[in-house]
Amino acid sequence: MTNAVHIAEMVFPDVEKLRKDFPLLQTQLYGKPLIYLDNAATTQKPQYVLDALSQYYTQYNSNVHRGVHALSQQATEAYEVARRKIAGFINARHDHEIIFTKGTTNGINLVAASFGKKFLSAGDEVLISAMEHHSNIVPWQMICEEKGAILKVIPISNTGELVMDAFDSLLTDRVKIVAVTYVSNSLGTVNPVSEIIRKAHAANIPVLIDAAQAIQHIPVDVQKLDADFLAFSGHKIYGPTGTGVLYGKEKWLNEIPPYEGGGDMIKNVTFAKTTYNELPFKFEAGTPHIAGGIVLGAAIEYVQQIGITAIQQLEEEVVAYAYERLSSIPSLRFIGDAWHRSGAISFLVGNIHPFDMGEILDKQSIAVRTGHHCTQPVMDFFHIPGTVRASFAFYNTKAEVDALITGIEKAKRMLE
Amino acid sequence: MTIKEQQDLIIEEFSFFNDWTEKYEYIIQLGKDLPLIDEQYKKEEHLIKGCQSKVWLHAAHRDGRVFFTADSDALITKGLVSMMVRVLSGHSPAEIAEAEIYFIDAIGLKSHLSLTRSNGLLSMLKQMKMYGLALKNADR
Repeated sequence: MTNAVHIAEMVFPDVEKLRKDFPLLQTQLYGKPLIYLDNAATTQKPQYVLDALSQYYTQYNSNVHRGVHALSQQATEAYEVARRKIAGFINARHDHEIIFTKGTTNGINLVAASFGKKFLSAGDEVLISAMEHHSNIVPWQMICEEKGAILKVIPISNTGELVMDAFDSLLTDRVKIVAVTYVSNSLGTVNPVSEIIRKAHAANIPVLIDAAQAIQHIPVDVQKLDADFLAFSGHKIYGPTGTGVLYGKEKWLNEIPPYEGGGDMIKNVTFAKTTYNELPFKFEAGTPHIAGGIVLGAAIEYVQQIGITAIQQLEEEVVAYAYERLSSIPSLRFIGDAWHRSGAISFLVGNIHPFDMGEILDKQSIAVRTGHHCTQPVMDFFHIPGTVRASFAFYNTKAEVDALITGIEKAKRMLE
Repeated sequence: MTIKEQQDLIIEEFSFFNDWTEKYEYIIQLGKDLPLIDEQYKKEEHLIKGCQSKVWLHAAHRDGRVFFTADSDALITKGLVSMMVRVLSGHSPAEIAEAEIYFIDAIGLKSHLSLTRSNGLLSMLKQMKMYGLALKNADR
């Protein structure tokens, strides 16, 4: 990374200036400025990240780890520097605790399959929560089915918060692993993950944290949390799609078997026996997404330049404003009304179908997401077909919130 | 009126709208107006479940012609469903099976028939044509 970070210098960041870093935020939709409120699905990319991608392919594209030539060494160096940056960002004890993945889903599948293969037997339990994304349900269901293990679920309350008393009683010695989300993608609830980890560890049970909706919003320190595994996606933190990170404590990554076999993850191969490479390469079979890893490193650098705490402040302000303005709309009800929330706000207006609301908002160049947000059990719990979800990033403004409110009011007039 | 004539008529009706609001208001009105399906058919076996919206479809075969009734839980989808019923209902199985449906695209709502929306409308159209095909073969 040779290019200088041209981010507006900031004591308190100026959102209007920061927005200029994002080419797509300057575009128009249906002849009006795009209002992008679908950040929980994916975030837009700053020029700094786009430049890093172009630089990789134009200046040092080469395969990593085995090349003797200069380009390969440069690519390897950049790839490993990115790993180090990410380790620093989440305060991992070692760089080799950072496994590059395709995304959160891929990371959870890795842990479910590998941990499950070694540690799950018939009658054992895996404990998840009722607000998990399908990505933190289905991989566990698959391994439980294979092993004859049982999936147990921490219930949620009407406000969309975990029922912690129930968690306490579900945490029996049959539980072999707990897997919960840090922040709910459909409700915006921030879960008490520190408490969950502390209680699970008191019973010698490891914990996986799905940080897909946390990493871009709140400071994440894996040592402070004492998380055993933590997964997130690159594209939700201003990086490229198809990238992600699985953090695992060295101890666990050494204990669980490799997930995929192939190049790079081996030490020695004969037809009789293969020995596996050390961490992190044991879990990175095949040519990795080199550009993706490097550019994710650039995205993390971009976030660090602004500061994750500054980002958190900006977002809390805009989310609180959105919450307040939305509250003023008669017949609007929030789906998920947690005391501690981040990023996303889900709601329904009167009897208006979320799909209709989403379409009328789209026509007003406002991008929101509608539907079940890959959390069908949450929708079943609230007996609704889906929600309208507005999800925020630091680059969203109060003026955009005002436009959302006007948009909803217009949709109400048309649909009610 | 043939299936083609009916589609052309809808396209002509839509040509009078000046902006998207008028167009959508009209579609929404269609969705609000019509009792599209008998309650007894709003059951699981008539449900075509899309990712975003639900569509119920019922077909009756009388005197060599197929009569559709349908409904949706989303208003815009329901408006489009009612237009689809208007276009295809009352025709012979062969006409339905072979019909080329182009009016949704022409009135600027093709996203409703695209996979990205993954809603019920596309599945409904496929189902209507399957009824046509099945009844056409049964007629032989």
